[in-house]
Amino acid sequence: MSTVTLASKRRRSALRTLAFLSPWLIGFSVFFAYPLLSTVYFSFMRYDGFRPPTWSGTQNWTYVFQHYPLFWPALRNTLWLVLVMVGLRVVFGLGVGILITKIRTGTGVFRTLFYLPYLAPPVAATMAFAFLLNPGTGPVNSILENAGVPAPAWFNDPAWSKPALTLLALWGIGDLMVIFMAALLDVPKEQYEAAELDGTSPWQRFRYVTLPNISPIVMFAVVTGVIQAMQYYTQPLVAGKVASGVIQGAGTQFEPGYPEKSTLTLPQLVYNLGFQRFDYGAACVVALVLFALSMAFTALLMRRRGGLVQAGDR
Amino acid sequence: MTRTPVVPAAPAVSGRAARRRAALEWIAVHSLGIAAALFFTLPFVFVLLTSLMSDSQALSRDLIPDTWEWDNYRRVFDTPGFPTWWRNTLLYAGLGTVLTVVSSIPVAYALAKFRFRGRNLSLMLVISMMMLPPQVVVIPMYLFWAKQLDLSGSLWPLLIPMAFGDAFSVFLLRQFLTTVPDEYLDAARVDGCGELRTLLRVVLPMAKPGIAAVALFQFFYAWNDYFGPQIYASENPGAWTLSYGLESFKGAHHTDWNLTMAATVLVMAPVILVFFFAQKAFVEGVTLTGVKG
Repeated sequence: MSTVTLASKRRRSALRTLAFLSPWLIGFSVFFAYPLLSTVYFSFMRYDGFRPPTWSGTQNWTYVFQHYPLFWPALRNTLWLVLVMVGLRVVFGLGVGILITKIRTGTGVFRTLFYLPYLAPPVAATMAFAFLLNPGTGPVNSILENAGVPAPAWFNDPAWSKPALTLLALWGIGDLMVIFMAALLDVPKEQYEAAELDGTSPWQRFRYVTLPNISPIVMFAVVTGVIQAMQYYTQPLVAGKVASGVIQGAGTQFEPGYPEKSTLTLPQLVYNLGFQRFDYGAACVVALVLFALSMAFTALLMRRRGGLVQAGDR
Repeated sequence: MTRTPVVPAAPAVSGRAARRRAALEWIAVHSLGIAAALFFTLPFVFVLLTSLMSDSQALSRDLIPDTWEWDNYRRVFDTPGFPTWWRNTLLYAGLGTVLTVVSSIPVAYALAKFRFRGRNLSLMLVISMMMLPPQVVVIPMYLFWAKQLDLSGSLWPLLIPMAFGDAFSVFLLRQFLTTVPDEYLDAARVDGCGELRTLLRVVLPMAKPGIAAVALFQFFYAWNDYFGPQIYASENPGAWTLSYGLESFKGAHHTDWNLTMAATVLVMAPVILVFFFAQKAFVEGVTLTGVKG
């Protein structure tokens, strides 16, 4: 084959690749790269959307970190969610995963029942929990009080609002259950048989056979959980709004993080600064903090063996 | 390789004791299973029961309705806005799904089957985009749609980007397409099929479960999306979706938990119905994005 046809063939294949990738190349530039750079640009500008943007140096940054009263509470809440909510979700998800692999009768029914809450739209699920856990007429508190247990005020008490959100998150464990179940079924049976012959206890078999085999999946669940916690938005916002009793409409103001900033998360600050206070510059600062945190965890996820990219690669 | 144990397992335990232990374990596992099933289903049950209560009983602490008010569901539809939100959600989820699937397929195919420089980098960028909280780029995006194109108060700022490949869908589809053996593609190429024909005639029919999973996830994503409609559609109630409108519904019916719960059931129902019809594709999608290493 002559070099000329080879070169033209190569060019053709490059063009073909570009053509197939073009929807995403456009999408990536217009909806990711360009707005990301603009976010950096606006974080150094004073801009309210009406008057033209003016350079303000690091003013937005010092404002967010030193004077904006909601930033540190939101970061603390996010940390709480990462430590407690993600931790419990992984432990509970693994527990339910193990339980489902042990169930012998009616497996399909159990699996579907455990999975369904994961499908409930976040707003609907949050509305349901705001009702179930409402201190006045909620069924949960009715039952607790009838049983003589002191009932908390859940979404109306700053000490209980995050545990209430955690309960909601544990209810929607279906995705983790499926992932853990698949991993558990992949553990080689021979290893269990060998361990059993050695006279090990069930706990030892879990500790020395199950856990090492599924540790990449546990790691996957932890890191994706952390990334989700960074993005946690709809549930705390809706729970706070419903519990505080605000009536929503265009331009309605509501107390961020009701009650007492306890349900505030970082993504809510972008909304608060940008769309309630019209301080686009400061909103972009929070957006970049969020970006840095999520990308750090995404990098961790991509470096793990058995992580995302590995799947399907030969 | 399977090993046959030479030594009989656990020789100290007699057959009857082993059987008794197995029976006890069966009971323990299934009691735990029932307890878990109650935790997962009771919220649905209480929501359903409350949605069928009369207005006055919904304000009480009763758990079971005295009279079954099926009429509540019709009253939900009488609420101004509710039918419109329904239509908007179907438009957003339906059209959005079609746009996403059509635009993501060629991209996923190229990432799975073409060899080119920068392929790994592209894949990493897709994953980064997938992990990016929407709030990171929302300020410039809002300014772009609202101030430059004057499209706020509509669903267009949410629908148009879907015609340019969605990162999660590209990633999920690529995972499916890498499992299609190269031999089929080579055979098609030897027969003189162009790349586009190979994709449409050979690959797509084999990737049907993958496409179904992507379509489902995208449909659920749009159905559930709250942030997008809040940013772009909130100023115009005529453009609200169910997810966004549901909470305002509670505002309008301040004390009517029965109607609010009926509306909540109506928002949950389609998703759960769709799931029952497409269970297999959905669960396959969850495992494929998570595991296999």
